[in-house]
Amino acid sequence: MTWLTNHLVSLILFTPLLAALILLLIPERRAGALRWVALAGSLVPLGLALFAWSRFDSTSAAWQLTEQVPWYISLNASYHVGVDGISLTLVLLTVTLMPLAILTSFTITERVRTYMVLFMILETAMLGVFVALDLLLFFVFWEVGLVPMYFLIAQWGGKNRNYASLKFILFTMGGSLGLLLATQMMGMLTGSFDLVELGSRWLALTQASLFGLPLATVRAIAFWAFVIAFAVKVPVWPFHTWLPDAHTEAPTAGSMILAGVLLKLGAYGFIRLVLPLFPVEAKAFAPWLAALAVAAVVLGALGAWGQSDFKRLVAYSSINHMGFVVLAVAAAGAAVGTPDAHIALNGAVLQMVAHGLSSAGMFFLVGAIYERTHTRDLNELGGLYARLPAYGSVLTFIAMASLGLPGLAGFAAEFQIVRGVWPVFMLATLIALVGLFFTGAYILKALKLTLHGPLAERWQSLSDLSVREIIIVSPLMALSLWIGIWPAGIMNLFNLTVAALF
Amino acid sequence: MNLTGIPLLSIIIFLPLAAGLIILALPAERKGWIKSLAAAAGAIDLALALLLYFGYDRASAGYQFIERIPWVPQLGISYHVGVDGFSLPMVLLGALVVLCGALVSWNVDDRPREFFSFLMFLGTSILGVFASLDLFQLFFFFEIAVFPKYLMIVLWGYPRTRNYGGMKLTIYLFVGSMMALFGVLVIYFRAGMHSFDLLMLEQAGFAPELQRWLFPFMFLGFAILGGIFPFHSWAPDGHVAAPTAVSMLLAGVEMKVGAFAALRAGIMLLPEGAHYWQTAILILATVNVVYGALIALVQTDFKYVIGFSSVSHMGLVLIGMATLTGTGLVGAGMQMFSHGIMTALFFAIVGMVYDRAHTRELSALGGLAKKMPLAAFGFIIGGLVSMGMPGFSGFTAEFPVFVGAWQVAPWSAIIGVLGVIVTAGYILLVTRRVFFGDLPPALEKVAGITRKDGFVILLLCALMVLLGIFPNVLAELVRSGVSHILALTGGS
Repeated sequence: MTWLTNHLVSLILFTPLLAALILLLIPERRAGALRWVALAGSLVPLGLALFAWSRFDSTSAAWQLTEQVPWYISLNASYHVGVDGISLTLVLLTVTLMPLAILTSFTITERVRTYMVLFMILETAMLGVFVALDLLLFFVFWEVGLVPMYFLIAQWGGKNRNYASLKFILFTMGGSLGLLLATQMMGMLTGSFDLVELGSRWLALTQASLFGLPLATVRAIAFWAFVIAFAVKVPVWPFHTWLPDAHTEAPTAGSMILAGVLLKLGAYGFIRLVLPLFPVEAKAFAPWLAALAVAAVVLGALGAWGQSDFKRLVAYSSINHMGFVVLAVAAAGAAVGTPDAHIALNGAVLQMVAHGLSSAGMFFLVGAIYERTHTRDLNELGGLYARLPAYGSVLTFIAMASLGLPGLAGFAAEFQIVRGVWPVFMLATLIALVGLFFTGAYILKALKLTLHGPLAERWQSLSDLSVREIIIVSPLMALSLWIGIWPAGIMNLFNLTVAALF
Repeated sequence: MNLTGIPLLSIIIFLPLAAGLIILALPAERKGWIKSLAAAAGAIDLALALLLYFGYDRASAGYQFIERIPWVPQLGISYHVGVDGFSLPMVLLGALVVLCGALVSWNVDDRPREFFSFLMFLGTSILGVFASLDLFQLFFFFEIAVFPKYLMIVLWGYPRTRNYGGMKLTIYLFVGSMMALFGVLVIYFRAGMHSFDLLMLEQAGFAPELQRWLFPFMFLGFAILGGIFPFHSWAPDGHVAAPTAVSMLLAGVEMKVGAFAALRAGIMLLPEGAHYWQTAILILATVNVVYGALIALVQTDFKYVIGFSSVSHMGLVLIGMATLTGTGLVGAGMQMFSHGIMTALFFAIVGMVYDRAHTRELSALGGLAKKMPLAAFGFIIGGLVSMGMPGFSGFTAEFPVFVGAWQVAPWSAIIGVLGVIVTAGYILLVTRRVFFGDLPPALEKVAGITRKDGFVILLLCALMVLLGIFPNVLAELVRSGVSHILALTGGS
């Protein structure tokens, strides 16, 4: 039992990888076995993460369940992992969405083994980002996650998958170049990659000689290098153009994880690295960041409104919703140490969870209708409520969660963000609220064009949601409702960490 | 295990030579024997090299497994071998690639006796350079490789370009050798020790002016074989013209021989010269990285892509060395090993594809993952190593190179990292064009790869993943060797 608790984070982290190895031993033709092993491989981390939650002391803001062993001695980098309230929340989100994505993938029939192996590797990589306490380790997991997602899009994607997958990996890798360079530079200047040590030494630096630039300039450059890497991932306008393409072409489960978890990696990077390592720059450049975030909110909503492809519409909605997270980060940077920053960031973390649930649900439902009709063109759909009542009700529920209806998770999150940001950036908040109006517009547009109006002749024989599909979507609805009604249930987990940090 | 008294290094160096001579004596029609003997020699060499790896005492570091016999005492030349943490991985790499080269050459049916014996001779010359502690002997082994290399390219190479490629390679390397030979002689006479012993020459304390003008001869003379810009153009032509096993050895190990000798005989004997020329080398090496990657991006021949990628990756080795910092040198050592196995794997797979598809034109290839899934897997893993993806050896090798570069020349780190994104571009494009998409009708009947091919792929991939996840298994060894280099060059 002690062994279990001492290695709990590593177990959560590497169980999916172990499952990937087991999957490799199962012959390709045994598709059933492959699917169930993958599902089991994603359920075990869920169980372990829930156990970790029960062991987690949320009255302490310290790193917990930490493990540290030397990793790359020549670079003074170690395998240092652990969780605090924020990272445990995101770990929980990841391990919750993963089994649902696997269950969604039960309809995949082509090269099932490789597909499932890639998903398992992806899970380990994403979890690694959330638990890494070493900057080099963080970067390792950050980059590794790109590979399985690239292949999932390139091999199991739609018609335009080659273009979309290459754009995805080149954008995100290109965005990470600055992060890579800044990581190297900071490691060189501080002599350590351990986040705690690196952080304190980096902040204590009094001089640095790089091209004869003053330290403030070096810090500002490193700040933007970090910001761009994370902004591409979130994505913040104008770095978002890879996202609609990647989402549209990715297989359904890939989109669920992409929107549900991968985008959160970027936001997590802002909270875990940018704000603590660059407090001065985060304050100085906060208005710029806020402007980009507001642009993402408004343009994301307008972009979604203009789509006639259902999946593209949902993809743009992610830009819209994640913009709020970045807006909160900008405000927290500007007003660090105030209750406003605390509230805004609490909202940001909650928004990550809320958006993770609702976007995964939306992509799942888009995929479900595509599997039945083989079209995502909103103009060809319509009137499905009458034929598919269960689907219609579920879609309405998830769409309302996405829209931010009070009583559901999105509202609790966005309300806190708006409350926190308001005193800091009032104009930005007002513009973002206008964006929120368009959020309502595109959600209702999507609902109207799919569910209402006349039902086309050729959709008369569609079948309603299966039991498997209801099992996938129920946890998303339940959690969304639970958080919406009683946000404290999850906020107690990270509130203290946020308060201690900001 | 007590290894004292066994001349382990000499056995490793000369076992391939002996095997090559026996092969020559075998009847030409005994093709099975010839191939098995060559593979067995490679396998035994690898096993012995592993014995070196595990037998090397890391705590005391320094040169170990030393053997010394006077050779031409009148001139102060001895047969003097030994390995430290920096050269031991290179011996391991040499033995590994010789074995893999023999295994993927199983389908060579044109004069196999000569082919495999020359392959073995090449192995001995490579291993001899890495273990040399005598400058004359180092040069001797360095030069002797020309004969099997040239013959193998012109006899078994790609018919259309083998004469051009073989001749170009030989002439380039001869020019380099002449420069190096001049440098070696100047060092011998100016040291006035009447000895070619590297360990003594290291302590000779040459005058700074001498070091400054002599350094380009010694460094460039050897670094031409390492593919340094602008003397790199032999490499892609030579690699492409060569038969598969020779491409693997050329790009995988011979280029490291060049870089290694440039370090051993250039930087370590003339440290003051290295400091003086540091920026110049960094500029050339950075050009290597970016230029090589850009040229690889526009190639239409599968093998040329890999040929130019080697030029790009060797640039990182040279950057690491030129930083003269501990971290950079550890990175250089790691990158030599990592790139060695990666490029050997690439050329092996290119050979497998060419042997079956009879074309290397990217436009004529496609969909081969269906026909040879393991080759596609190997190429993807190699590609991830190539683009420096974390989790694979390329990352654990490149990262310290860049950290070292940040210490002395941040610009080279910044420009070098940009080469990485270009690498990602050409690797992904080539992977897709060759292995994914639609299978052209002409390739419908392509056969799968053999078991030996599969073994080579899995072995090399396993090593690349191992070093990516547990870099310490090699990096700590390299670091113990680097401390000796730093003691000479005066870095940290």
